[in-house]
Amino acid sequence: MEGKAHVYGDNIDTDRIIPGKYTKTLDTASLAAHVLEDLDPEFRQKVKVGDILVAGDNFGCGSSREQAPIALKVAGVGVVVARYFARIFFRNAINIGLPVLEVPDHDIEAGDTVTIDLEKGEVFNQRSGKRFQATQLPSVMIDILNAGGLVAYLREHGTYQLKEE
Amino acid sequence: MTISEKILSKKVGRPVKAGELIITEVDGVMATDTTAPYAIQAFKEMGGGQVWDASRCALIIDHAAPAPNERIANLHTMMRTFAAEQNIHLFEIGEGICHQLMIEHQYVRPGDIFMGADSHTPTYGAIGAMACGVGSTDLAAVMKTGKIWLKVPETIRIVCHGPLQPGVTAKDLILFLVGQISISGATYQAVEFEGSAFENMTVASRMTIANMVAEMGGKTGYVNPKGLQLDYDFEAVFPETDAQYVQTLEFDVRDLEPQLSIPESPDQVENLGPHEGQAIQYAFIGTCCNGRLEDLHAAAHILEGKTVAKGVRFLIAPASRSVLLDAITDGTLQTLVAAGATILNPGCGPCVGTHQGVPGNDEVVISAANRNFRGRMGNPHSNIYLAAPTTVAASALEGRITHPKKYA
Repeated sequence: MEGKAHVYGDNIDTDRIIPGKYTKTLDTASLAAHVLEDLDPEFRQKVKVGDILVAGDNFGCGSSREQAPIALKVAGVGVVVARYFARIFFRNAINIGLPVLEVPDHDIEAGDTVTIDLEKGEVFNQRSGKRFQATQLPSVMIDILNAGGLVAYLREHGTYQLKEE
Repeated sequence: MTISEKILSKKVGRPVKAGELIITEVDGVMATDTTAPYAIQAFKEMGGGQVWDASRCALIIDHAAPAPNERIANLHTMMRTFAAEQNIHLFEIGEGICHQLMIEHQYVRPGDIFMGADSHTPTYGAIGAMACGVGSTDLAAVMKTGKIWLKVPETIRIVCHGPLQPGVTAKDLILFLVGQISISGATYQAVEFEGSAFENMTVASRMTIANMVAEMGGKTGYVNPKGLQLDYDFEAVFPETDAQYVQTLEFDVRDLEPQLSIPESPDQVENLGPHEGQAIQYAFIGTCCNGRLEDLHAAAHILEGKTVAKGVRFLIAPASRSVLLDAITDGTLQTLVAAGATILNPGCGPCVGTHQGVPGNDEVVISAANRNFRGRMGNPHSNIYLAAPTTVAASALEGRITHPKKYA
């Protein structure tokens, strides 16, 4: 997949991804309508389907609200790339089928076009011509992501299965 | 073994070590009105049926309670319907905050593995449970299977040599520690707190400590059970002497001053002193961090016979109905209301910006809560300082950030 990068900083908390006041709804389009509102009020207009959100350390810290990755996914974000993620956000994103890549080192700047190979965990910056490797996901997370999320995974498997690492 | 390794090894029936990926059974789960609607939806999409064990599940209406609008009212209805269908206990509006209720009603006990669909679930490490925050879909999966996959966490050990100065509280200590560790310093890791500064702490104060493990990015955290007293018999889980820690940090906190988290991240922590005099318009005591009886007592001690400053709104939301009843019975509530406080129903109150007191543009809030991210209380154009209930009460009296020792 390929998309334009929107780049933000460290410690983007879930209140900035989707403020608590908007979270109490099952209408996911209304979540998307307010995504990143207090961080970048223009984001909603700028983002195109398949675009890539790029952040620094600890993306998604704070609340356990799954509405945060849902808002990003429904708004069109195809992948989130960060140096590392807050734990609950990371699990939530995989569980709802929003790919997240932990890439400790990269040179992506705002507006760069980035190609992502999820299978290989590779991030290619077309501007610089450089390729970056994401941290390997635990196998159970790869299985959940490949199934399309935890709902589909459990419909398929009934319960969790761990492969020998 | 660390506390996490001991609890998880016992549950899975073999010794496990930090870094291992495991599937474990879970002793209890809970979800709130922020997270339960998506969890219920996901549970049904997973195939529905009956939850694995209704007696180990709880639903709590606390984040937007009572419902401020029809949209949220209907989400509450969805929770009530699901609870009735599944024979799950639902805590109604006004009963209190999820974390307070799980401990008060013994849904969680020492040594348990508990998953809560709320990020402050590590609070239960106050009594020695391995408690982690999860999102809605993870929670639905536990409701369906009774299990979760986890990585056995590495552990940071934090040793604090006390005692604290009189008037310096557990909240000051944990704010200080969050400042030291940072908002991301314990990401994916467990935290063990030990040392003389913690040993005489009440369960309420231990909850304040464990609660803010979430603000370090921690997966779970424990206050070492030395000195822990509960009103039932329990087996305390101590770390083994051979426990391997990724990091041990030691602090002498005997001279710690009251602390303040300044906008707009909980780990921006400084001594209160340099901020004295900062004008505030709004003071709040409550939440899973500091809405317990000892917190209301601390506020009442400062406010006794006095009145909050003109131009200050002072809101108090007790953490549970039981806290509220105790505060009524012992006269604390009379003191607080006479001083000009507005009492909200037990629940999350204005902490998460959904209802019950949103600050106006350019207003400054001093709050006993645990988060001050931009927009947290519903208005991105306001600023939130976090402090101990003592500091909040003293500041409400003066209309500016005030050192609580003045009213000790």
